[in-house]
Amino acid sequence: MSILKVLWCWRIIGVLVSGLMVGPIAFAGETIVAVATNFTEAAKEIARHFEQETNHTAALSFGSTGQIYTQITQAAPFEVFLAADQARPAKAEKQGYAVTGSRFTYAIGELVLWSKDLSLANGMEVLTANQFNKIAIANPNFAPYGAAAVQAMKTLNVYETLAPKIVQGNNIAQTYQFAVTGNAELGFVASSQLINQDQGSRWIIPTNYYDAIRQDAVLLTRGAEDEASQTFLAFLKSPTARAVIKQYGYGVSK
Amino acid sequence: MWQTILLTIELAVITTIVLLIIGTPLAWWLARSRAWWKEALATVVALPLVLPPTVLGFYLLIALGPSGPGGWIARQFGGQTLAFTFEGLVIGSVIYSMPFVVQPIRNAFEAFGDRPLEVAATLRASPLDTFFTVALPLARPGFLTGAVLGFAHTVGEFGVVLMIGGNIPGETKVLSIAIYDYVETLQWDQAHLLAGGMLIFAFIVILAMMTIEKRLGRVTP
Repeated sequence: MSILKVLWCWRIIGVLVSGLMVGPIAFAGETIVAVATNFTEAAKEIARHFEQETNHTAALSFGSTGQIYTQITQAAPFEVFLAADQARPAKAEKQGYAVTGSRFTYAIGELVLWSKDLSLANGMEVLTANQFNKIAIANPNFAPYGAAAVQAMKTLNVYETLAPKIVQGNNIAQTYQFAVTGNAELGFVASSQLINQDQGSRWIIPTNYYDAIRQDAVLLTRGAEDEASQTFLAFLKSPTARAVIKQYGYGVSK
Repeated sequence: MWQTILLTIELAVITTIVLLIIGTPLAWWLARSRAWWKEALATVVALPLVLPPTVLGFYLLIALGPSGPGGWIARQFGGQTLAFTFEGLVIGSVIYSMPFVVQPIRNAFEAFGDRPLEVAATLRASPLDTFFTVALPLARPGFLTGAVLGFAHTVGEFGVVLMIGGNIPGETKVLSIAIYDYVETLQWDQAHLLAGGMLIFAFIVILAMMTIEKRLGRVTP
């Protein structure tokens, strides 16, 4: 068996598989929206209302904020960016990837400590008592909920002692997955993820323990002249959208 | 950074050794057995070739977790899960890289046919003796291909580690994850350094592989 043969078979499989996948293609009346993972469910519902109330449709693409930003700098076909933080939309604006002045806060995230175990996540005592093996957070280097989790632990003076027990999810969805499968007994997640979760225990972190997770939306240069994209951003400020955002466990500004 | 590189090499070395130990008898059986279900087993071994790493990672996360066999093993050592551990990564890598090791060895075992083994038997070599003194040396190119591919594939592994690793420095943070982190945080200088290194590594491995394979191909009958 030659190595070339192995690689060749592998290659053919790869081509066959990738041939089946077709990326989103914009047509009239459609906007392509890049959405931060934590906002997935809310965004789907907003897109449904958007399609009913306007003549446009929204194609949603989910990913971590950092990942989406990198893709935008490499000419990804996104027209609207719903980030999990303020930094990346601001940076996009500054670097010329987004329309200046189009940026606004569409949601304010809420950090929750969740456990599959009914008796575990019932307050700050669980963190100070330290009677568990692993605690999951999103990667604090690029996920805002992860950074907020670190900040909350530092406020409670438990970060140093808990640091060896921290495992990092690549994004907030994976962090939740670590906690749901019980691989980590505790996880700092977004309250939006727990909308359909009535099991387990949870402690909503007091908002004075961490800086508000303000999530900004921005119109990207590709969507600057696109009617559907502009309409989508305006729709995000509508009472309908704001009601959905609140319903999914976020705060809205003013 | 060196910690990450060393950890990656350590993972790849251990995985390759484990794979050679498990893979050799498996490949031998697949090459010589006449059992009707042997191709079904061969298919199971080959599955990671087509399954996305997310599928494997998802099953592994559950299997290694508190309600799976991995959790049971972890409890014997006072833990509660094998996810987020180096051992867990070895298990994942062994499964994920298995086809790259088993397939070339099996092909090598099949390539020389029954004849050399029959000749050895007529010279009164025991089956075990035949295996070690005839079959293994004849299959040398297959072992080399398998070991190198298994090693290289483990170094390049990403999806499975991302799903079960938890990004712990010195324990589960391997090169591909570090590169991903650097790209995510826009530290492109470091990303370029590591990514470029991986590119050169892959090129050298495959080039060396093909050169050695050609040379070995000339000396083996």
